[in-house]
Amino acid sequence: MELKTKVHAEEGKQDLLITREFDLPVELLFKAHVDPEIIVQWKIMPNTTARIIKFGGKKHGSFEMESTDAQGKVVSRVNGVIHEFIPNKRIIRTFQVENGPMGVMFEIYDFEKLSDNTSKLNMHVIYESGAIRDQVLKMPMDKGMGMAFERMEEIMKKYK
Amino acid sequence: MNLRRDVFQAIADPTRRAILVLVASQSLTAGAIASNFDTARPTVSKHLQILTECELLKQEQNGREIYYHLNPNKMKEIANFIEPFRKMWDDRFNKLEEIMKKHKPKK
Amino acid sequence: MELKTKINAEEGKQDLYITREFDLPVELLFKAHSDPSIIEQVMTNPYATAKILKFEGKKHGSYQTQSTDAQGKVVFSSNGAYHEFIPNKKIVRTFEMENAPLGVQLEVYEFEKLTDSTSRLNIHVIYESGALRDQVLKMPFAQGLSMAHDRLQEIMKKK
Repeated sequence: MELKTKVHAEEGKQDLLITREFDLPVELLFKAHVDPEIIVQWKIMPNTTARIIKFGGKKHGSFEMESTDAQGKVVSRVNGVIHEFIPNKRIIRTFQVENGPMGVMFEIYDFEKLSDNTSKLNMHVIYESGAIRDQVLKMPMDKGMGMAFERMEEIMKKYK
Repeated sequence: MNLRRDVFQAIADPTRRAILVLVASQSLTAGAIASNFDTARPTVSKHLQILTECELLKQEQNGREIYYHLNPNKMKEIANFIEPFRKMWDDRFNKLEEIMKKHKPKK
Repeated sequence: MELKTKINAEEGKQDLYITREFDLPVELLFKAHSDPSIIEQVMTNPYATAKILKFEGKKHGSYQTQSTDAQGKVVFSSNGAYHEFIPNKKIVRTFEMENAPLGVQLEVYEFEKLTDSTSRLNIHVIYESGALRDQVLKMPFAQGLSMAHDRLQEIMKKK
């Protein structure tokens, strides 16, 4: 079966493009990315619980999120600022795992309506260097993101 | 000798750009170059002088004639469009330094 | 005369580095990037007066600038948000030139103390693509050409 989530990374560059089509209207695809109560249900690492400390879903807003393991220990904190926030169309933001080795990432989310019931997500992620991007690619990224997207699609279908 | 001319200003003129194209393929005398333009001979000479002063053109004596040819190293400098970008930042930083030098140092 | 500012822009990449050493203690170098009235002075030139409309110099703060010409017409404006803002050490921000098809940039400013009276600034600018980076690089070149051309035309008119 073909993987629905596609990761496109060119040799020698410091960015990558993740694309995925969804059986969701674009409004629900967008909602899944900006509603704090929904984000914590799918945009998380396996075997962790996420808590949103701050989420300003607007231009020049910012966000902070914390993940804890089954024992309640904090395993990671992420934060960033939102440069652009156009409902159902586009989010541009920075993203960084605190005290992590990957530096700051620059993410451009483009939300595309395909039909009344389907939509497409284009995630352009730019890293501080090609070396960091290559490190990220070593992780089973498409699988991890693929699973998260599947989970999200299931959650959002209930909102139709 | 005159001030070294700004190379970007030199190529801003369309006639001078046309001259550079002519000598790119072969060395030419001033007369041969001028015959390609409707412009008066003294004007063409002035263009040649500007181009020589900024080192885009080099002169070479061959018998009794002086031949003009393109200086490839200088052309590379123009192809390097980074120079104006660098100068822009440099000007900005010079100004910053000047302004901040007037501030009392923090102790 | 050698220019003090160094630009490192490798072929085919979508980022570049700007480096410069200053005869300033690092605190003053940082102040020039965190005090709105000083930023306005540095940005202002004979053709445009810069004004900082909004400035929150802190992590997750944001900024908005606007430059106007002698007639009051807006000729340049920019905005962005601060991802990181560590006094005398580091500023990470987004930057967008408004009404220009140049995308959004991620900029990492690193302030380094060299001695008590000297410091170094390293700016790492990352663009959305290599093509956009090259366009931004070419802008002063194109502007210089057009300004030189205008100046030449002025001179020729007087003949």
